[in-house]
Amino acid sequence: MNAVEVRDLTVAYRESPVLWDIDLDVAPGVLMAIVGPNGAGKTTLIKAILGLLKPAAGQIRILGKPYRRVASLMGYVPQRGTVDWDFPTSVLDVVLMGLYGRIGWVRRPGRSERREAMEALEKVEMTGLAHRQIRQLSGGQQQRVFLARALVQDARVYLMDEPLQGVDATTERAIIDILHSLRSSGKTVLAVHHDLQTVSSYFDEVLLLNVRRIASGPVSKVFTDTNLRLTYGGRIAIIKGAP
Amino acid sequence: MEQLLNDYTLRTVTLGTAILGAVSGALGTFAVLRRQSLLGDAVSHAALPGIGLAFILTGSKASLVLMVGAGLAGWFATAIVLLITAGTRVKYDSALGLVLSVFFGAGLVVLTYIQRYPNANQAGLDSFLFGQAASLIVADVITMTILGGVALAALLLFWKEFKVLAFDPEFAHSLVLPVRWLDIGLTTLLVVAIVIGLQTVGVVLMSAMIIAPATAARQWTDHLGVMTLVSMVTGALCGVGGALLSTSISNLPTGPTIVVCATGFVVISMLFAPLRGIIWQRIRRTVQNRELRSESVLLDLFELARTHDDLTYPHMEPALRVIHPQRGTLYRQLRRLQGKGLVQMHQNGAWALTPDGVRVCDQLRKDRIG
Amino acid sequence: MSTFQLEIQLVATVVAAACALPGTFLVLRRMAMMSDAISHAILPGIVVGFFLTGNLSSPLLILGGAAAGLLTVVLVEWIRKTNRVREDAAIGLVFSSLFAVGVILIARFARDIHLDTDAVLLGELAFVPFDRLILAGRDLGPQALYAMGMAGILCLGFILLFYKELKLATFDRALCATLGFLPGILHYALMGLISMTAVAAFDAVGSILVVALMVGPPVSAYLITNRFGYMILYSVALGMTASIAGYWIAHLLDASIAGCMAVMVGVQFAVLFCIAPEQGVLAAWKRRRHQKWQFAIKMLVIHLLQHEATPEADRECRMDHLQDHMAWEAAFAEGVVSRAVSQNFLNTVGEYLELTTEGRELAREAIIHT
Repeated sequence: MNAVEVRDLTVAYRESPVLWDIDLDVAPGVLMAIVGPNGAGKTTLIKAILGLLKPAAGQIRILGKPYRRVASLMGYVPQRGTVDWDFPTSVLDVVLMGLYGRIGWVRRPGRSERREAMEALEKVEMTGLAHRQIRQLSGGQQQRVFLARALVQDARVYLMDEPLQGVDATTERAIIDILHSLRSSGKTVLAVHHDLQTVSSYFDEVLLLNVRRIASGPVSKVFTDTNLRLTYGGRIAIIKGAP
Repeated sequence: MEQLLNDYTLRTVTLGTAILGAVSGALGTFAVLRRQSLLGDAVSHAALPGIGLAFILTGSKASLVLMVGAGLAGWFATAIVLLITAGTRVKYDSALGLVLSVFFGAGLVVLTYIQRYPNANQAGLDSFLFGQAASLIVADVITMTILGGVALAALLLFWKEFKVLAFDPEFAHSLVLPVRWLDIGLTTLLVVAIVIGLQTVGVVLMSAMIIAPATAARQWTDHLGVMTLVSMVTGALCGVGGALLSTSISNLPTGPTIVVCATGFVVISMLFAPLRGIIWQRIRRTVQNRELRSESVLLDLFELARTHDDLTYPHMEPALRVIHPQRGTLYRQLRRLQGKGLVQMHQNGAWALTPDGVRVCDQLRKDRIG
Repeated sequence: MSTFQLEIQLVATVVAAACALPGTFLVLRRMAMMSDAISHAILPGIVVGFFLTGNLSSPLLILGGAAAGLLTVVLVEWIRKTNRVREDAAIGLVFSSLFAVGVILIARFARDIHLDTDAVLLGELAFVPFDRLILAGRDLGPQALYAMGMAGILCLGFILLFYKELKLATFDRALCATLGFLPGILHYALMGLISMTAVAAFDAVGSILVVALMVGPPVSAYLITNRFGYMILYSVALGMTASIAGYWIAHLLDASIAGCMAVMVGVQFAVLFCIAPEQGVLAAWKRRRHQKWQFAIKMLVIHLLQHEATPEADRECRMDHLQDHMAWEAAFAEGVVSRAVSQNFLNTVGEYLELTTEGRELAREAIIHT
């Protein structure tokens, strides 16, 4: 059974399709990079898989089931820019939010939840900053906090929107180490990635996306010059095998 | 104070203003953080036709009836704003302005219509424009307490859900929380908070009670819970202060006085709050700049000494001129560093790093590089 | 129709036109709520002007009000720049405090005169003809007509003179600045004009209706045109018709004229919201229905193109497979196929679907243009 299974997914915003007829299979325990130019629909794909957007057509199955039934098995790391970092809250608080779904209504996070959150912070080496206000963090530290928040979700499938965007080299290394340890415990990670240089060293598989799926599969097979040119060559996407 | 304890009316009014301040302070926190400051303004203006219609339909001036009417109208206005922004390219601010003014106009039509009622003296409804704290009676305060209590209880009950909704709605969605319902719920609570204050503060100024206490509170703390508490206390203080001031000085209307108090709190907080106050930040920045300047003198001294084998090699003044052309500034920095034991002056007037100074330089260089 | 009625309508239409002109820019620059802020904040300016002159129809009042309006703009900008308070909260804070100060001033010092807060907030068009401009013993008509006319002419002149600069500053502020057109100065000039118009209008229609007339007609016009110049023209026309219609409805209901005008502005918007040719809800619904089919046809032809002449074509290109593969309901699938057939994109051979040359063309085009 595949961790993520996308069939004929089409997502349209107002007039124009943002994603067109996407098919995708991701096996469990795979780190997959989603690569493509700006406006290629990378974030849209992630949001569609998370059920944040309603597709115009197609189906998405996570671990063989429709999204709503397995939503709690998915972890999400949004782009850093999507939230207000001046919000009056601390690092630990943000990480605890990852547990809000599991804690259930009305109940407050207790000692065991705090411990869990601290453990997640330890994994991203942020325990020392647990009580900092989030405004005082650097870009890399903000990203680590988001990662920690996803880690406490204890998901089976992680969707990350540009987890390495604008972070320092140390943070990048640390995040990649975490992604690799997630893989070794059988988790699946789909991450939007911008740096073409590092795709092959960081990820197992890659999805080349430009509104359509250009290619997907093991990096060694798919990440070729021809495919990249198809992905980035202007705004034109051509399907393989079209006569 | 004695007057407060003895005067029954004043006690009622003060209690009422305190409650409205606390409730609008609490819900205002979320409104301000969710960038809904001006929605409060739209809701309060839009409540006017609701008040009038509630009176026409029921013939009652009981505050609960009027509040329900106001609440429904305010809620309806919010829904229309959402409908307009979702359905067309009209922007949020335009939709707010349109809905606010059209609803208010409709309110005027309804009020002038009521004026012609034979049995209705309109005075009671008129007070909703600018508010009339003096018209508060015990029954009103009881209604306010119950509604406000329910709103605060709901806020407390769904605290963590509202918190994640305000901070990161998309993430909240990925936690399988019913984001849309939470959003509607929180907005409804905001409407309740506004409705509670209309009779006292009036539709025109009520939005200030949503924005001001929360804005003041934000300057003092970085913790959402504390912020909400501070905002509640601030709101209540403004309410009480405004009520007392307007009773002790003649011709001082309560609603505007409360609002001016609240603005005072905002100004004081923005200037003097230890965390984000403008004054403190100025001071911190000055200290920091001084620190940076002496650090750079220290590092320059280190660089000079590095050209020799000995890092504590003393330099005479002409050599030091390289560091800073102005003698006075340079010597002031050197004295500061001397006071910290990082540099020392030799008897011939030459300056050198102390071993402590060398250690600090090493650390600084490491920090700056890495 | 009496002269009296004619004069009221004349004033109303001039007010509407004068408000709609600068209002268009407010709406396009996403600053609609500034009109709300300014129209409230002019109150203390008017009051101070009144204290200085003792005369409600002195031109100093207009200056005072305009100064208070500009003060609002400057204060909001200044608070926003401190980075401690967001712009929407800053707007809400500034105007409500200024308005509160104005109300307090009136209540404390100007109890017995004509200037009461209701008048500022609500205005009374019906009284406009009583205030006449008499020069050298000759009655030249209502004073408000001249005040509003002046404001309108100033707005019109400003817009005509700086049309291209304003257009540029509205759509591309950065470019405007690099071309040396000083968007900052234009901005303040525009805000000054808006303040002035608001002051001139408050006596006739009240400050809330000013908001309705500044925001409403431009928003409605925004629904029916994409062109800047037309948007200004339509706004003026819509504003004028709304004010005449509002007058007659008020006449019919014997209700507030200003209120009815605001309601008519709302009605105009509601109608256009439904039936506007491109932006309207009906048009969007029709387009979406049409689009749904067109979209489905495109998806179908692309699917067929990908699978025709492949080994699995027999399975993939069959009618019954569509329900499975595209998750289409049987009826919808049939609808799509029959529409595609009638548009000559494919042929059915029993259950088997076969692309025509046009179909292949469409599929390739759809792929390349996405």
